[in-house]
Amino acid sequence: MMDTQIDRELLEKIADLTGKPVGAFNIRKDSGCDGRQSTEHIEIANRADGKSGIDIRIKDGTVGETCHIPVIITKPGIEEMVYNDFYIGDNCDVDIVAGCGIHNCGNQDSRHDGLHTFHVGRNSKVRYTEKHYGEGTGKGGRVMNPQTVVYLEEGASIQMETVQIRGIDSTKRDTKIICGKDAEAVVTERLLTDDHQVAESNMEIVLDGEGSRGRVISRSVAQGNSTQVFYPRMVGNSQCFGHVQCDSIIMDSATVKSIPAITANSTEAQLVHEAAIGKIAGEQLLKLETLGLTPEEAEECILNGFLA
Amino acid sequence: MLELKHISYTVQEGDDKLGILNDISLTIDDHKLVVFTGPNGGGKTTLAKVIMGLVTPTSGQILWNGQDITPLSITERAKLGISYGFQQPPRFKGLTVRDLLTLASGNEKLSKDQCCQYLTKVGLCANDYLDREVDVSLSGGEVKRIEIASILARNSQFMIFDEPEAGIDLWSFTRLTETFEQIHAKGSATMVIISHQERIISLADEVIVVGDGAIRHRGSAQEILPQILADTLGSCPVLKKEANA
Ligand SMILES: Nc1ncnc2c1ncn2[C@@H]1O[C@H](COP(=O)(O)OP(=O)(O)OP(=O)(O)O)[C@@H](O)[C@H]1O
Ligand SMILES: [Mg+2]
Repeated sequence: MMDTQIDRELLEKIADLTGKPVGAFNIRKDSGCDGRQSTEHIEIANRADGKSGIDIRIKDGTVGETCHIPVIITKPGIEEMVYNDFYIGDNCDVDIVAGCGIHNCGNQDSRHDGLHTFHVGRNSKVRYTEKHYGEGTGKGGRVMNPQTVVYLEEGASIQMETVQIRGIDSTKRDTKIICGKDAEAVVTERLLTDDHQVAESNMEIVLDGEGSRGRVISRSVAQGNSTQVFYPRMVGNSQCFGHVQCDSIIMDSATVKSIPAITANSTEAQLVHEAAIGKIAGEQLLKLETLGLTPEEAEECILNGFLA
Repeated sequence: MLELKHISYTVQEGDDKLGILNDISLTIDDHKLVVFTGPNGGGKTTLAKVIMGLVTPTSGQILWNGQDITPLSITERAKLGISYGFQQPPRFKGLTVRDLLTLASGNEKLSKDQCCQYLTKVGLCANDYLDREVDVSLSGGEVKRIEIASILARNSQFMIFDEPEAGIDLWSFTRLTETFEQIHAKGSATMVIISHQERIISLADEVIVVGDGAIRHRGSAQEILPQILADTLGSCPVLKKEANA
């Protein structure tokens, strides 16, 4: 497990893992299992239906535990489709850290597609982090297409945080969250594309239950000749509150398309969306230069802050 | 010492040339507190931006401690000890008050206590503000005071404040004038304050009235204040009548 330098670096980048993780974990490497550990409260097992992937079962009342399930690809030419199902009991409070790192030095594409399905029990809180990272000098593309589906039962909540900073040539992300009564979904998305990279993010948050709340905060930077498309949708089916906020900084010859949509099927639904695309404001650069930063440092500082 | 020699700034307006600054020459000695005042659109901000390097003059020369800084960039001037607090400070998504003060101070390890001191000087409570982003969620007066705090944190030899009083409540204003007085009394920096406030004008060693892109009057606060009042009344028959009534 974690035997090469590349493995260790990838794992640190995507899951902040140094050394063996504490608690439950499953490390997937080059389509095989490179280490797994269940705990008293969190059980990780191969899928019952024989498809590639794992089932993760978290017992009722599990509080303060973390589950790491990183995926790394270190060989060129690997293409995989993985199904992971999470069954989270009632009254839990847990952290789940996923993420995928690709190191591709070959000339064939490396590709990871995943479908994560979460069933979050009553009054449970889940923080879910997913980082994507790619590196390598080969001509082969680094491709990731993550799909996430979340069912939130009464009073449940998920804070989903996705980060993809450079390195991934092509990504298409699909996220769907269905909120029950008094459930809450908060999704923060951070994305930076460069060169000829392409990224698309489709999101649908369905506020089904009374008193449910949804919030999407998406910030992205598009550089070089890259292209980004955002399609966040919020649907309100009862007394609920939803807010979608998309902000993009566009640079060089990049293209950004942002198409937020809000749909109300109830007079009690309150939905708001804001979307903005623009270059770095000249005044911001000038202000930082008056504090002694060079124009390059000022730009970096603004981008880092924006994506923090 | 800062010297401006024959500074002019003209812009093209259609077929015409518009003179924003017209042959301004001026010397500001070390540790002085100088106030620029004068009518809206007179050229005060433009003159300040010429000093900081935010506006490149069409002609003329700027000397800082004897060095010709006219061709130097904003960054280079900042590093030589010139700073400027914007009249309308920009906002930053994702940069916190603490980030901004840290950048301004040039000390990556600026402590919470130090941040706190700068914020207190502009009447802000550090606990409420340190981790807030300098974005649209802050009010106009808050952004303005954070801007001034960033200049205090920068602690440079030559500080320009562009209408620091604008949009600031009375309590913070009092605190702010005390701060200017303290810096002046310590003699640690040269200050140019662009202001329309009698209270700030009265602190000045010298008041410079800028109008139509030129220096209209210079003198002590005692000399200039009555003149400004007379000018205001003199130019408007209605006001004069009311004043005499
Ligand atoms: N780039 C420009 N192009 C055209 N006009 C300009 C430009 N920059 C400044 N001006 C004009 O020059 C004049 C001086 O502007 P400046 O901002 O320096 O005035 P000010 O004295 O600071 O005024 P205030 O008291 O309102 O802040 C104004 O009439 C302004 O509209
Ligand atoms: Mg001005």
